[in-house]
Amino acid sequence: MDEAPIIINQDKCKGCKKCVKGCPFGALEMVDKKATLVGDCRACMSCVEACPFGAITARKNENANAADLTQYKNVWVFAEQRGGKIHKVVFELLATGRRLADDRGCELCAVLLGDQISGQAQDLIRHGADKVYVVDQPSLGEYEADTYTDALYKLIDKYKPEVILAGATAIGRSFVARAAVRARTGLTADCTNLSIDKETFLLHQTRPAFGGNIMATIMTPNHRPQMSTVRPGVFRANEPDPSRNGEVLMEQLELVARKLKLVKSIRKEGDSIDIAEAEILVSGGRGMAKAENFGMLEDLAHLLGGTVSASRPCVDAGWISSARQVGQTGKTVAPKIYMAFGISGAIQHLAGISGADYVIAVNRDENAPIFGVANLGIVGDVMEIIPALIEALKKAKAGN
Amino acid sequence: MHVIVCIKQVPDTTNVKINPETNTLMRDGVESILNPFDEYALEMGLKLKDTQGARVSVITMGPPQADVILRDAIARGADDGVLLTDRAFAGADTLATSYALSLAIKKVNEHPDLVLFGKQAIDGDTAQVGPGVSEYLGYTLLCNVKSLTVEGNHFQAESVYEEGSDIWEGDFPCVMTVLKEAPAPRFASLRGCMNARKAKTQWLAAKDTNADPERLGLKGSPTKVVKIFSPPVRDCEMKCVWKSDKAKALSSILDALKKKGALK
Repeated sequence: MDEAPIIINQDKCKGCKKCVKGCPFGALEMVDKKATLVGDCRACMSCVEACPFGAITARKNENANAADLTQYKNVWVFAEQRGGKIHKVVFELLATGRRLADDRGCELCAVLLGDQISGQAQDLIRHGADKVYVVDQPSLGEYEADTYTDALYKLIDKYKPEVILAGATAIGRSFVARAAVRARTGLTADCTNLSIDKETFLLHQTRPAFGGNIMATIMTPNHRPQMSTVRPGVFRANEPDPSRNGEVLMEQLELVARKLKLVKSIRKEGDSIDIAEAEILVSGGRGMAKAENFGMLEDLAHLLGGTVSASRPCVDAGWISSARQVGQTGKTVAPKIYMAFGISGAIQHLAGISGADYVIAVNRDENAPIFGVANLGIVGDVMEIIPALIEALKKAKAGN
Repeated sequence: MHVIVCIKQVPDTTNVKINPETNTLMRDGVESILNPFDEYALEMGLKLKDTQGARVSVITMGPPQADVILRDAIARGADDGVLLTDRAFAGADTLATSYALSLAIKKVNEHPDLVLFGKQAIDGDTAQVGPGVSEYLGYTLLCNVKSLTVEGNHFQAESVYEEGSDIWEGDFPCVMTVLKEAPAPRFASLRGCMNARKAKTQWLAAKDTNADPERLGLKGSPTKVVKIFSPPVRDCEMKCVWKSDKAKALSSILDALKKKGALK
């Protein structure tokens, strides 16, 4: 066990068991009244903090290649686009990236890959970028993992960014993970909070783990770039500033040949509503009992100028389209008002609404976990309450 | 044709809870299951066994008890199973996991035609290991696959994204990650269960894969977990019971809507 990430000083250990309770992985036990590592230590250092006697210390990592790391500078945002339209998560990342770059005292750069997309570069500058690296060539037309990985990696290799942020979208979650492996560095998925450590200047990446039951802060101390993905809707974009100036650098890259051929693109029809953008969400859960009852939610949403969304069981039951699903496997939302009707509040659902400003929950079960995150909770039957609320809203509106 | 399906044993996260006093995970009584997304990847592989006569191998990395999910896969129709198990693999992040898995895949077959993954695992939710393995194998990558048709060495696959989907054509080899929108997984047959009980699974340790020990497990992981904590909870500012005071319940909703600008 001499390679364990922690060192336990048996002389200092008083057998208080605080480290045993503090270890989230159950890796510590008391053996002969002394703390002993018996399981797999994941280097979370909870025990180091828990020990009142300073008996547990972190083993110093000797793999660091400090000379190499100093070559890396600047914060990059991958400016994802499809069909020439920049994904909204990019503007959210530019706002966060701006803050990180200012805290680090470096430049914020955007990376724009595609075909005939150079025109979008100024928009990225207006949203906070100091520099935009543009690779504009036909082989980057439709997104394909091989060519995009090659392009991003070649830029990383040439300019050596310290931090890269990308959207946790279908595109971001595929090739960015591959580019990180090619760069032999770490990538932290679905971060909900990013900050620069004031002393070490390392990127602190916080993300939900174990289905949102627990939050973990992750760092990439000895490898560069430090890479993170962030789900759309988690951060807020800044208003564009037309007076901002920046530099656009056109890059010509020799890229690998495409191995796949696009036969057909199918755009989803009908439901083009993006619940991640909604300011008011009227959301239904299993307690709505059947598809027909979502009509009431539509009426309510209409009165409030809101949008209807749902929890996963409703989508699984086919009551509503999957585009409307809120939660870990659906969308992360950040409305001003989130109304939850008949949603019990499984942890996966709660993970998706942590960005909501004000939560109103209506549920029959007074112990439903949704009440734990609600600002206003009504215990009762949704079938009675929704019609009464619609009536009251109509009256209130007529009264004005 | 040889299809390798990478699968993972995960805690049933819907049941994981935090002990409010100690702020730690309560693992007692949490069941381990085959990652639900991987069932769809396995099904996609088994369909190719049905239609193309493909050999389907399953690989997992984990503790010795993860052998159960290999047997589950064999019971459903997989031909053979490999368990990558060694303390040296412990604490691996997605980079180290991708490295170890790619070595195990090469150990089973230097040139498999297709390597399948579930879209993501429900415990980590990163969706990064499939793309990572594609990099180490040097295979092309197609994520979020919903359907797949194969003709000889040629395939057509539908890959889904937020606003729609693309249909791609290509030649094997390829790494794909599979969605739950793909055909539903089959159950094990009685005969399959008997096969699974008798089956010999292959167990590989780190040294069997010729891995560079520096690149395995915690040591080979660039990302380090530095802190773990409970998600912040919002206190319910007000709770009313509909039955006991309907007027108050309604007026408090209306007031809140007014205050937040939803009702003018």
